[in-house]
Amino acid sequence: MRFSPANAMARGLSPLMRMGKKYGLEWWILLIGAVIILAIIIMAIFPGAFAPFNPHDQNTGPQLLPPGGSHLMGTDNLHRDVWSRIVYGSQTIMRIAILAAILSSFSGISLGLISGFSGGILDRILSLIMDSVYVFPGLILAIAFAAMFGPGVFNITLAVAVIYIPTYFRLVRGQTLSIKEELYVEAARSIGASNFTILWKYIFPNVIATTVVVFTLNVADAIMIEAALTYLGLGLPPSIVDWGMDLAMGKKFLPSGQWWLITFPGAMISILALGFTMLGEGLAEILNPRLLER
Amino acid sequence: MRNLTRYIITRVLLTIPMVLILLSILFVVLRLTPGDPVSAMLGGHAPERVIEQKKEELGLNRPMVIQYLDYLWQVCRLDLGESMVFKQRVTTAIAEKLPATIELTFFGLIITLFLGVFMGAYAADRRRQIQDSAIRLYGIVVYCIPVYWMGLMLQLTFGIWLDILPIAGRTGPRVFASTFEKTGFYILDTILVRDFSALGDVMIHLILPSFTLGLVLSGIFVRLTRANMLDVLRADYIIAAEARGIRHRKIVYKHALKNAFIPILTMMGLQVALLMAGAVLTETTFSWPGMGRLLLERIYLRDYPTIQGTIIVFALIVASVSLIVDIIYAIVDPRIRY
Repeated sequence: MRFSPANAMARGLSPLMRMGKKYGLEWWILLIGAVIILAIIIMAIFPGAFAPFNPHDQNTGPQLLPPGGSHLMGTDNLHRDVWSRIVYGSQTIMRIAILAAILSSFSGISLGLISGFSGGILDRILSLIMDSVYVFPGLILAIAFAAMFGPGVFNITLAVAVIYIPTYFRLVRGQTLSIKEELYVEAARSIGASNFTILWKYIFPNVIATTVVVFTLNVADAIMIEAALTYLGLGLPPSIVDWGMDLAMGKKFLPSGQWWLITFPGAMISILALGFTMLGEGLAEILNPRLLER
Repeated sequence: MRNLTRYIITRVLLTIPMVLILLSILFVVLRLTPGDPVSAMLGGHAPERVIEQKKEELGLNRPMVIQYLDYLWQVCRLDLGESMVFKQRVTTAIAEKLPATIELTFFGLIITLFLGVFMGAYAADRRRQIQDSAIRLYGIVVYCIPVYWMGLMLQLTFGIWLDILPIAGRTGPRVFASTFEKTGFYILDTILVRDFSALGDVMIHLILPSFTLGLVLSGIFVRLTRANMLDVLRADYIIAAEARGIRHRKIVYKHALKNAFIPILTMMGLQVALLMAGAVLTETTFSWPGMGRLLLERIYLRDYPTIQGTIIVFALIVASVSLIVDIIYAIVDPRIRY
């Protein structure tokens, strides 16, 4: 079994191009998702090319200026350019959501592999803990963590990461349980492969493919949770440019009708989450039509 | 019947470790994280003596194990302690706010079910046609809209531009809750005292928040219903019904939907978590005086007993709803047994 994530991607992608017609809607969903993500990643990497102003610059023009002219999305109450803050804000949310998803997938996958492979009392206890966290509202748990850790980029990343560990754990544990009964694992054991070798070389490569889809959907969720935490004022110090915080600030100007302060940051959160969800949904359908119930 | 009783007992027993683990996680998160609640509450400049005295008073100087056992015992007695900021029992504060949250989530759930189930069934019926694609896209898009932003945009549209619906609170300025408040469920209360103008006002205030919650969650139900309906529509008895010449619409929305609904019901147990999380955000956006706002207000005030108590109540709600849903499922479907 030669199997690597790169191979899996290549195997997934080449029929994708050829059979785009066959998959129809799924293919377009995947493509649109990928384009959205790519556009926002480029924006986050080269903000200077897109933003006409510094996001902290309080001297860009009159305050609360409606969209138009040199201010594409208007200005806020501190004379700052809304569009420039959106461009720079993409860095914060992308960094936190992706890092959180990496952290939780790493811990969830390792724990799931170990738990499923070793079985016994450890497996029982870990499963019970993970199941309990899984059924609890993630956002409320993240609020508790964020409130305790205090504001900061790393703290909020941790708070978001913790709540998704069970998702990976449950998926990987279940697959490990069935894969470890396979004949090739039996064969590896009979030629004297160590437990670590079996886990790393025989089980892990077969588990990783399905987690790709979950990872993508997880980033989408993490984006919404991150924005929710900062919207609630729990996540970040005010010196950081963030969509959720801009949304919370814009909320104060809703009764007076300054619609651009809430419309644009919120739309960006939705669009980014949508990008990752569409990519994940498309991948799920095309790589494995039975993975998500249709 | 004996089987069913055994199932229910096992299921209840399985809920206990789950709740216990959640309580333990909360204890660890709230007590063992850096920075102790007392200095946080009194501010960094409080004299050492005052801090020590307050700690002594709250029992925070005892060994962790004793504190942990004491905390579990408190929860068992349903005594969540006293607020650190106000002279108020935590249970009183929660009892005041809980009905508002239940009212909101109840109507949110009804809207979600109504929208999600019918759209999902329709999409399954029109599989691979343009209507199906449109509804599936709706499901994905709506799922990706953060509840709070949906709320803000609805406020902007219906509250500010069209100016037809209120955007905050449970009642208007001319309606005094004290004249009818009894159970805390305002709809029930106004009906009980036959104050129909107040009932109208309460209903109008409920429209935007419950629609916000309902719309956002409907995406998941569209997907669940569609998936289950696709399976059911392939079943033999559906083909048999078609063969007997029963009207197609009746087959889809009566025969098939009824059978697809049972698995949807079980999934609802898990969706309650999303509903609660959505309620916290909706309440903040609409200044809805419920549990979510209580939790956030007290986080800003660093009132640890109330924060802990509120989260415990959320945990208990989620655990009991999933318990009830599983039991209902077992009663409806005799194949489900341990």
